[in-house]
Amino acid sequence: MSTPASPTPASPHPAVPFGQLRKPEAGNEALRPDPNAGRRSAISAKAFSSWYGSFQALHSLSMEVPVNEVTALIGPSGCGKSTFLRWMNRMNDMISSARAEGTLDLHGTNLLAPSTDVVELRRRVGMVFQKPNPFPKSIYDNIAYGPRLHRSMGRSDLDDLVEQALKAAALWNEVKDRLRASALGLSGGQQQRLCIARAIAVGPEVLLMDEPCSALDPRSTAAIEELISQLSEQYTIVIVTHNMQQAARVSDRTAFFYEGRLVECDETERIFTRPKHKQTEDYVTGRFG
Amino acid sequence: MPSTPAIRADRGQPSSQAGRVALNRGFLLVCLVATNFAVLLLAVLLISIAYKGLPWLFDFASIKASFSEGGDGFAGFKHWFRWEFFTEFTSRKAKSAGIRAPLWGSVWVCAICALTALPVGVGTAIYLEEFAPRNRVTRFIQTNIRNLAGVPSIVYGILGLTAFSRLFRVFGADEAWSIGDPESLFYLQLPFGQGVLAGGLTLMLVILPIIIIASQEAFRSIPNSLREASLALGSTKWQTVWNVTLPAAIPMIMTGSILAISRAIGEAAPLLVLGVPLFISNTPINMMSDFTILPMQIYNWASRPQEDFHGIAAAAIIVLLVVLLTFNAIAVFIRQKLHRSLA
Repeated sequence: MSTPASPTPASPHPAVPFGQLRKPEAGNEALRPDPNAGRRSAISAKAFSSWYGSFQALHSLSMEVPVNEVTALIGPSGCGKSTFLRWMNRMNDMISSARAEGTLDLHGTNLLAPSTDVVELRRRVGMVFQKPNPFPKSIYDNIAYGPRLHRSMGRSDLDDLVEQALKAAALWNEVKDRLRASALGLSGGQQQRLCIARAIAVGPEVLLMDEPCSALDPRSTAAIEELISQLSEQYTIVIVTHNMQQAARVSDRTAFFYEGRLVECDETERIFTRPKHKQTEDYVTGRFG
Repeated sequence: MPSTPAIRADRGQPSSQAGRVALNRGFLLVCLVATNFAVLLLAVLLISIAYKGLPWLFDFASIKASFSEGGDGFAGFKHWFRWEFFTEFTSRKAKSAGIRAPLWGSVWVCAICALTALPVGVGTAIYLEEFAPRNRVTRFIQTNIRNLAGVPSIVYGILGLTAFSRLFRVFGADEAWSIGDPESLFYLQLPFGQGVLAGGLTLMLVILPIIIIASQEAFRSIPNSLREASLALGSTKWQTVWNVTLPAAIPMIMTGSILAISRAIGEAAPLLVLGVPLFISNTPINMMSDFTILPMQIYNWASRPQEDFHGIAAAAIIVLLVVLLTFNAIAVFIRQKLHRSLA
């Protein structure tokens, strides 16, 4: 995309990455991960089950979410994929009847443990929701909201951070002249990119996306999808989607859920070309679901 | 191909088209009569009060003089009002009586009422909506608040008398303990007696359930997606309330609260129980000062046999109405203006 007015050269990525996880510089061979190191898991579930009251939403599933890859969760409605996603940053804590068993690790520490600092967990595991949900505040204040919660920083540092987050979300050029305008005046697609910028401004390691394009038109969807591929260089991304083409386009790995069970989880290409299970094949070829 | 059974909608007798139209018209008429009856009654009431009261507020002779030949037109508007109605205390003669004491009494009492009811009411609503677990205890509190909103205000008067005026008699007799100079602003006595503090707190009890319920509705109207957005960025519950939920809820809270406070201005019953004196010739100077309020002064004047006192009662009613309508207009204005900026 062209960024003629931008002071920095047109780069899809900001010069300074957010958060502690920094993708090794290209050219630095010593730091470049070997193919197997890419399998390092950001999140791993073992024998993970979840209930809403007496209804079991997830049945003892085990899977890995590799670092700096896009993992897509697909499956028909009510299959538990969103439930699984919302456990990864404990958003399910808001639902009093929800409980879980088994382990769900973020870089080796069980995030289900009662001792987990949920506030810190959510800073490390950001989330983008189905419907764009900007705060009824200015564009600037939306982005600055997260950073202001966690640290006090000077005016210019904050300005910088807001700019970088907006650039990372490919929104800077559209809004740089109206940062003080209400975020509610943006289009749906812009609002969703704003929400992504807001999520990465706190420097998360993992980004959870719950059907981020389902409320958007095709053009905005394309913009978000491009953004997802760009962001995956810096962030581990887990995306729930109903749209199988979208899963095929943006993800490296795909997990197919059916009726609360993980049927299959593999390289996206494999899932869509030669899945191991008949159910997966039926679903991805559109025979049901 | 399986045959679908045809749906037979043509069974039974067709209903009378003319009958339905007539019923429609008849019902419309009933509704119109009902609406106009209420409007008509209000109009009669307002006109009769204006007829009786306006001569006590305006100096018609002076207005006439301003617009007659040689008059100064609108420039002389200062002389149109009977300012003494606002600056004089009540009197045995209607001609020299004014509403200075009840007007200031109402201002003091309502200020105390608003300043105490707002934080307590909004705080309760925040706890119940944003923090309280959804269990039996919360539901019990919830139900009780809803019931309290329907309790007659005179009952709150009795509560206020016991709890604030007498402080449950734990200090024994009246004025058991005091600090400061009774003639200065900084004076406190326990129990509170019949001062503006006791009056304001009693009115706070009356409007507290209304403010709590209005604020709860306000918090409930905030979409959960905003709370989720804030929590997902790693904010605590309190940070979410302070930065997101409360600012978004404030327009609705303000609307409900202003309407509640305007109800407090019009309340006479609870303060009647408190034993508020009727004939008073000074304005409040501190929290313990004696006071009277507009509705009670109106009641007092209206119950006298002399025709002139009915006139100044009507004039005081006009003042009270103007104050109430101003409050309601502010509430409507806030609702219109701030709701638009949210949507």
